[in-house]
Amino acid sequence: MKKNVFINGIGAVTTQGVWRAAFFSEARVLDHAITSAEQPSYNGLISPGAIRRMSRGMKMGIYAAQQALAEASVTIPGAIVTGTGLGCSADSDKFLRSLWENEEQFLTPTSFIQSTHNTVAAQIALQWQCKGYNITHVNGAISFESALLDTLLLLQTGEEEHVLLGGVDEVAEQTYTFLQAAGDIKADGIQETVKNSVSPGVNYAEGAHFFSVGASKTASSYAEIIDITLQNELEVSETTSFLKDFLTTNDLRPGDLDAVILGYNGDEQDDLFYSAVQQTLPSATPLYYKHLSGQFDSCSAFGLAAAAFILKYQTVPPVLYWNEKNPAKTAWKNILLYNQYKGKDHSLVVVRAC
Amino acid sequence: MTALKEELKRQIIEVLNLEDITPADIQDDEALFGEGLGLDSIDALELIVLMDKTYGIKLSDPKKGRDIFQSIETMATYISENRTK
Amino acid sequence: MTDRGVAVTGIGIISSIGETVEENLQALLAGKQGLSRIANFPTRLQEHIWVGEIKRTNEELSDSLGLSLPHAFTRTALLGAHAARQAVESAKLQEIHDLQTGFISSTSVGGMDYTERYGPTYLNSPEWHRYIPSHPAGDSSHKIAQHLGIKGLVTTVSTACSSAANAMMMGARLIRSGRLDRVIVGGTDALSKFTINGFHTLMILSDAPCQPFDKHRKGLNLGEGAAYLVLESEESVQRQGKHVLAYLAGYGNANDAFHQTASSENGEGAFLAMQKALMIAQLTPQDIDYVNVHGTATLNNDLSEGRAMQRLFKDDVPLFSSTKPFTGHTLAAAGAMEAVYSILALQQNVVPPNLHFNTPMEELDLIPETTLRHRSLSHVLSNSFGFGGNCSSLIFSKA
Repeated sequence: MKKNVFINGIGAVTTQGVWRAAFFSEARVLDHAITSAEQPSYNGLISPGAIRRMSRGMKMGIYAAQQALAEASVTIPGAIVTGTGLGCSADSDKFLRSLWENEEQFLTPTSFIQSTHNTVAAQIALQWQCKGYNITHVNGAISFESALLDTLLLLQTGEEEHVLLGGVDEVAEQTYTFLQAAGDIKADGIQETVKNSVSPGVNYAEGAHFFSVGASKTASSYAEIIDITLQNELEVSETTSFLKDFLTTNDLRPGDLDAVILGYNGDEQDDLFYSAVQQTLPSATPLYYKHLSGQFDSCSAFGLAAAAFILKYQTVPPVLYWNEKNPAKTAWKNILLYNQYKGKDHSLVVVRAC
Repeated sequence: MTALKEELKRQIIEVLNLEDITPADIQDDEALFGEGLGLDSIDALELIVLMDKTYGIKLSDPKKGRDIFQSIETMATYISENRTK
Repeated sequence: MTDRGVAVTGIGIISSIGETVEENLQALLAGKQGLSRIANFPTRLQEHIWVGEIKRTNEELSDSLGLSLPHAFTRTALLGAHAARQAVESAKLQEIHDLQTGFISSTSVGGMDYTERYGPTYLNSPEWHRYIPSHPAGDSSHKIAQHLGIKGLVTTVSTACSSAANAMMMGARLIRSGRLDRVIVGGTDALSKFTINGFHTLMILSDAPCQPFDKHRKGLNLGEGAAYLVLESEESVQRQGKHVLAYLAGYGNANDAFHQTASSENGEGAFLAMQKALMIAQLTPQDIDYVNVHGTATLNNDLSEGRAMQRLFKDDVPLFSSTKPFTGHTLAAAGAMEAVYSILALQQNVVPPNLHFNTPMEELDLIPETTLRHRSLSHVLSNSFGFGGNCSSLIFSKA
C-alpha cells in the first residue's frame, strides 16, 4: 500500500526574494538576460567559520532548507535529496580558471572540494547533523524532478517519514558566459520578457527551493504530491500520448485538471511543447512562472512552489496567468506541472489539494 | 620580522576569507588552529599553497604544516629561515 | 519481489585493466595491475603521479563505438557508452523497447575534460562550441542513452566518489517500487586535469602505486573507467527465462555529517551505510563472505573504514581487499566497477588480492587478502564513500 506524500513546508531564495506570504503578490517580471537571486542576510543562520567558504548556491540552499524545515516543524529530516543541473559551478569555475591562469600551479583545495555536485546536500547534512540518506541528482531540467521521484520512493514505501527535498542552481560568471556564447542565454543588454521574447536564447537566473515533504498531513500542509513521470526525449507530436499515459496511470481524465503549470520560457522551439500540452487540456487554466523565476535547471521547483501555494490558499496569484482572460474558478483541486528543456528532460507532476 | 608578521596576517585573512577579522585581532602567539582562530585542515592546505606561492617554500607533508602553522610567530620564524623568494 | 533482491542480468566494464569483463577478470586473477604514467594529455604532474589510465584515445573510443562525426561525446560519455553497450549485450537485450527500460548513470567529472581543454577558446571562436552543452553531468547520460536507443527514464546521480553506488541503489529501488521493469545503472568518469590537480591540492595523491590498508600508505592513485549493470525485476527475469548473474540484495546510504572531505574517526557514516545494506538484504554481518572495501589508501579513509568494519563485524571481519591498486580510484565510476568485481568474485568464488600491502596499520588489527584466494562466496559487500560524508554500501548475492 502506497503512502500519501505531502508538502508540509516551503523555503526559497529566488530572484523574487525569499519565500513569504507576499511572494507572488510582490513579484516582478524578469527582463534581463541574467538575474541573480535577491540575497537575504545569513547572519545567525550560518556560522562565520562556515560561511566564509560558501558560494551563493550553498548559502541559498541552507537558507531555503531552514525555511522549509521550520515551517513544517521538522527538526532533523530523515533524508536529504537535492537536484542541481550545474552543481556548485561558481567553485568549479574558480578552480578551472586558476588551473588555466597558473598552469596547474598554486591551486588551492577549497574551490575543488566545493565543486562537487553534492556540496549543498552535504552542507545541509553537516549543519543539521543529518546522518540519513543523502543524494544529489544532476540531470539538466529533470534534476529537481529526479530528486522528487527519489523522495516519492522514500515516502511511499515507508522508508522515511520526512524528506528534505530541494533544487539549487547558482549563477556562475564563466559558466553563464559560455551558455551565452552557445546561444542558450540571451545576450547582455537585451531587455525582453518571456512574453515578448524575440531574440534567441532565454532569460537565465538562479535560485534555491526546498520542500519539507512528509508521509503525514499536518496543519502546515500545502498539497499532496500524487505522482511524477520522467522522459529523456520527446518530439512535440509525442507529448499528447506522454501526457495521456501519465493521466491514465493516475486514474485522471483531462477534465480533472483545474490548472496546468507550463514551463514557457520565451524560446520559440521550447514553447511549442508547452502549447501542445496546453491544447490537449482545454479545460485546465494555463499558468506559467519562468517570467518570474528565470530559466535554470532546477527552476521547475519554483513551479511546484506555485502549485503548492495555489492549492493551499485556493487562489491563483494573477501574475501566474498565461492568458489574459480566464474562466472564473472557485476551487482548485488537481494541478499538473509540465517542464522540459530543448526537447529533453520532460517531466509531468500532479499535485492535489489536501 | 614585525613587517612579515603583519603581512602574514593580511594574507591569511585574504586567502581564508576571514570576514570580520582584522590583522589587529590576531595575536602573534595565538593558536591559529582549534581554540584560537579556529582554522581547520582545509585551511592548512590553503596555507601550504600560500607558503609556496608567496615565499617559495614547498611543504610536501601536511603534518609538517601543523608545527609551522601553530601561530603567526612560528610561521614568521619558519618563513624567514626558509624563504626562497 | 522475492527476498533475494533485484536480479543483475548484464554487466559491462572498461578500465585500465581491460576493455571487457573478461579482460578485467583475467587481470584480477593474474594480479596484473593497470597503473601507469599519464599519457593521454600533458600535465605538470605527469612524473609525480600514477594513474589508472585507459590507453585509448578519444578517437579510438569513438571509432569502436561507430559514432558518426562530428559528435560531442566527451571522454566520460565515450567510456560510459563503451561499458553500457557491453552490459546491454551481456544481458542479451534483443529489443530494448519491449520493457520499461530506464538508465540511471552517474559521473563527477561530466564534460570537464573538454571544458578544461577548449573552454579558453569558447569566447573567441565557435569551433568547439558544440562541447558547451556537453559540460553538465547529465549530458553524458543523454548521449549514452541515445547510443543505446533508450527512451524513457534517464537520469544521473552525482555524489562524488559514491555516485555509481547511489545510481545502482536508485535503480534497484525503482524496480522494487514497480516503476521500472529493467534499468541500466552505473557510472563513468574520465581522467581530467581538473580532478588530478584537485586531489593534488588535497595532498592525498601518492607518488607510488597505492597501498590500501598499509601502515605506510601515502594516498591514492586516480583512474578512469566506466561500468554498468543491467538490473531486472523478478517478473521480467521469469517472463524471459533470463540468466541471472547475481542479485543486488542490499543497499544503504548514510551521511557522516562530520566534515566536508574527511571521514569521521569512528567511521560513523560507513558503519550506518553497511548496517542499512544488511537490513535491506535481511542478512547478518556473519553472512558477508567478502568485503570489496572503498580502500583508497588515504590515511583518513582506510582508518575510518577499518574502524567502521570493526564496529560492524567485531572480531570476525570477513576477508576483504581493495581493488583500487588495480584500477586507481575512478571516482564516480568506482562503485560500479567494484560492483562488477564483486559479481565476478561471486561467480568465480575468488577474492581478488589487495596489491602492494606489506605492513599492517598500528591502529587496527586488520589485514587484507594479499594474494588471490579461492573461497566459496555467497554474499559480497562493496563500499563506496565520497566527499561530503557520502557513504554507500551494496550487497551482492550469488544467483
